[in-house]
Amino acid sequence: MGSLKPVEASATDGGFFATRADALVNWGRKNSLWPMPLGLSCCGIELMAMLGPKFDLARFGAEAARFTPRQCDLLIVAGTLTWKMAEACRTIYDQMPDPKWVIAMGVCSSSGGMYDSYAVVQGVDMLMPVDVYVPGCPPRPDAVIDAIIKLQRKIERERPVKSLLAEPVRDDVWDEGHGGFLRQPNMGVSTHRSGEYVAADEGEEA
Amino acid sequence: MSGLGRLEGAFGGVEHVEVAAADGMPCVEVERDDLIALMTLLRDELGFEACTIVTAVDHFPREPRFQVVHQLLSLRHNDRVRVHCRVSEDDARVPSVTGLWPGAAYFEREAYDMFGLRFDGHADLKRLLMPEGYGHHPLRKDFPHQGIEPDRLYKEWDRARRHAAGSQG
Amino acid sequence: MSDSGMQTRLYELERGAVDRDDPLQGELMQLNMGPQHPATHGVLRLKVTLDGETVVAVEPVVGYLHRGKEKTCESLGWRKFFVHTDRLDYVQPVLNNIAYALALEKLAGLELPERAQTIRVLLMELSRIMAHLIYLGTTAIDLGAVTMFFWTFNEREKIYTLLDAWSGHRMNNTYVRVGGVYADLEERHETDMRAFVEQFPARIDEFERMLTRNRIWYDRNRGVAPISGADAIAWGLTGPNLRASGVDFDLRKRQPCSGYEHYDFEVPLGSDGDCYDRYLVRIEEMRQSVRICRQALDRLARSRGAEFLAEDRRYVLPPRADVGRSMEELIFQFKIVTDMALPAGEAYQGVESSKGELGFYVVSDGTSTPVRCHIRAPGLLSIQAIPVLAEGRLFSDMVAIIGSLDFVMGEVDR
Repeated sequence: MGSLKPVEASATDGGFFATRADALVNWGRKNSLWPMPLGLSCCGIELMAMLGPKFDLARFGAEAARFTPRQCDLLIVAGTLTWKMAEACRTIYDQMPDPKWVIAMGVCSSSGGMYDSYAVVQGVDMLMPVDVYVPGCPPRPDAVIDAIIKLQRKIERERPVKSLLAEPVRDDVWDEGHGGFLRQPNMGVSTHRSGEYVAADEGEEA
Repeated sequence: MSGLGRLEGAFGGVEHVEVAAADGMPCVEVERDDLIALMTLLRDELGFEACTIVTAVDHFPREPRFQVVHQLLSLRHNDRVRVHCRVSEDDARVPSVTGLWPGAAYFEREAYDMFGLRFDGHADLKRLLMPEGYGHHPLRKDFPHQGIEPDRLYKEWDRARRHAAGSQG
Repeated sequence: MSDSGMQTRLYELERGAVDRDDPLQGELMQLNMGPQHPATHGVLRLKVTLDGETVVAVEPVVGYLHRGKEKTCESLGWRKFFVHTDRLDYVQPVLNNIAYALALEKLAGLELPERAQTIRVLLMELSRIMAHLIYLGTTAIDLGAVTMFFWTFNEREKIYTLLDAWSGHRMNNTYVRVGGVYADLEERHETDMRAFVEQFPARIDEFERMLTRNRIWYDRNRGVAPISGADAIAWGLTGPNLRASGVDFDLRKRQPCSGYEHYDFEVPLGSDGDCYDRYLVRIEEMRQSVRICRQALDRLARSRGAEFLAEDRRYVLPPRADVGRSMEELIFQFKIVTDMALPAGEAYQGVESSKGELGFYVVSDGTSTPVRCHIRAPGLLSIQAIPVLAEGRLFSDMVAIIGSLDFVMGEVDR
């Protein structure tokens, strides 16, 4: 997969107590992801359907969909991002406190989608690091819930307690070698060993 | 009296009225200087109370390049009429119809934004869809579909943001 | 104002009145609402100037969802642009397809078979119901009636299930082609549709029981932002926003397309043009849409097996099986998919969408590259009317006004 390589999550890394504390913190975080629904266009309607009665994102702990970024930890960019809106989108991302995760919902936010025009950002990962990409135009709410479950599995692999001692790094560093944003530790919370991408969820992890 | 009959009867010195082949709508071709007179006539005497479209078509490289299109609707007579006005690129100005139909304001702003056409008499002619400070007129035929430096304004903002954040340590 | 014996005293701020005891009196505040905001129904930015709670001036800023669709049509070509039309007013995707297809068919001079027209009417009315459900759900939740959001989205899910079975996608279906519709409606789809239509009026009654005589809903909407018919026409409003002011103009009656003249329905009109009238008009339009759907289903039942696509091989793909068997059909297929040209000329088709007059103005020069495709979006004019409606009113009315105007940024910005 090019520059991506799988990460081996080591259960004994950091000692028994740090690992248990990590697991506890991760369990709390993954089961209470409060989404910041950035509903920009059509995906916003499917996002609303996902928060609605049939698909009910609240089952996964994502009950509190606040519209202020200060109280959220999961930014769901749902819809087409235009360059005019880009400043607002980046500001929202900056206003979110750490730890924070980003889901690019739909092809427009993943890669610009069907719009290769003068006004559309070709993927929200041109502005900020993205954790999960959900293809679809719009993706079914089930697909976005699947993305959230994948994100939960990704969060399980984090090492928050262990990297309390690690040096915090800014999260908007563009790395030419990787050709993208380095997925930075969340202000002392490390998603992975610093500087490495996490490969896509293989899906078959026990 | 059918729409076409009323129109033909009313237009003395203005250009001819013809019926667009495809959708049966009467079309009037008019010079820029006669535009407001024609529009006033249409609204006040022929009962076209609503303006549904103000836009433009770029016929590059044919001259005159821009064709300004107004489309009016008469609710009481259930009629429509289309008005064409050609202007060239060096003198891309057209009188504004916002004095007659205030609802045309946004349409004219959009035509300015997309084509660079100026509407004389518009109270607040500025860009509608593209950000302020955007330097191009996207719907012109010589503008590429993928744009020219689409992220220029964002990059400037981002540079200022990082500088401000960096200076705070 | 007393209503059914309820004793309530209402204190209203006179328009432009100033509270002299207020220490901030006279000091204006600039408040930025949006572009990301729960109650702006999309990416709309409103620069509001407030004097206390009174709105002194409001300036909408649009364009945060401008994706360059009109330019895209010129690059992609007529046929490939259909998928883009779904994403205009994305709460009623098929209606946009139909409006675009009608404009192209005018230019091409195509006559549609009757079954195609009936299917289109059915889809248009279903889209109208979907869009009005969004209006109800989102406006009600903005004003605090959270239950309405869940009820209306539940109904939308039922429609989504129907559309998913017919077209393969819940929304943004692109179910329409030049000359008709993508595929025929089978009998089981008709049965499912009829089941939905039969249970829906009871749901509308439930919505009305929740809202129409609800004290809070009434107080927040009655008398808020009335607009006269003449003003509404001058500002270019169409659709329910216009009819709430008492102006009887519905394109389905006055300039019917797709066989609307054969259907029996009424057009609801308001009287004051305030938010409450706009609400009542839309509720009643949903009931009339159900009526039209029933008639369309009856017509479909009578015309099973009939053609659902015109036969013109310049614009309409031949059946797939024939493409493998016949050289001519293969060439038609190739020509249409890669290089579909429309005759030179211009055409405009305005359609009564749930927001107002949605129109496509298409200009062709006879080649397969479109010269111009302009989309006349009713939402743009609704936003233009926000300053007219909101200035002088209280700030909390702003949310009611935005909701009642019911615009969708996808079509406003294109």
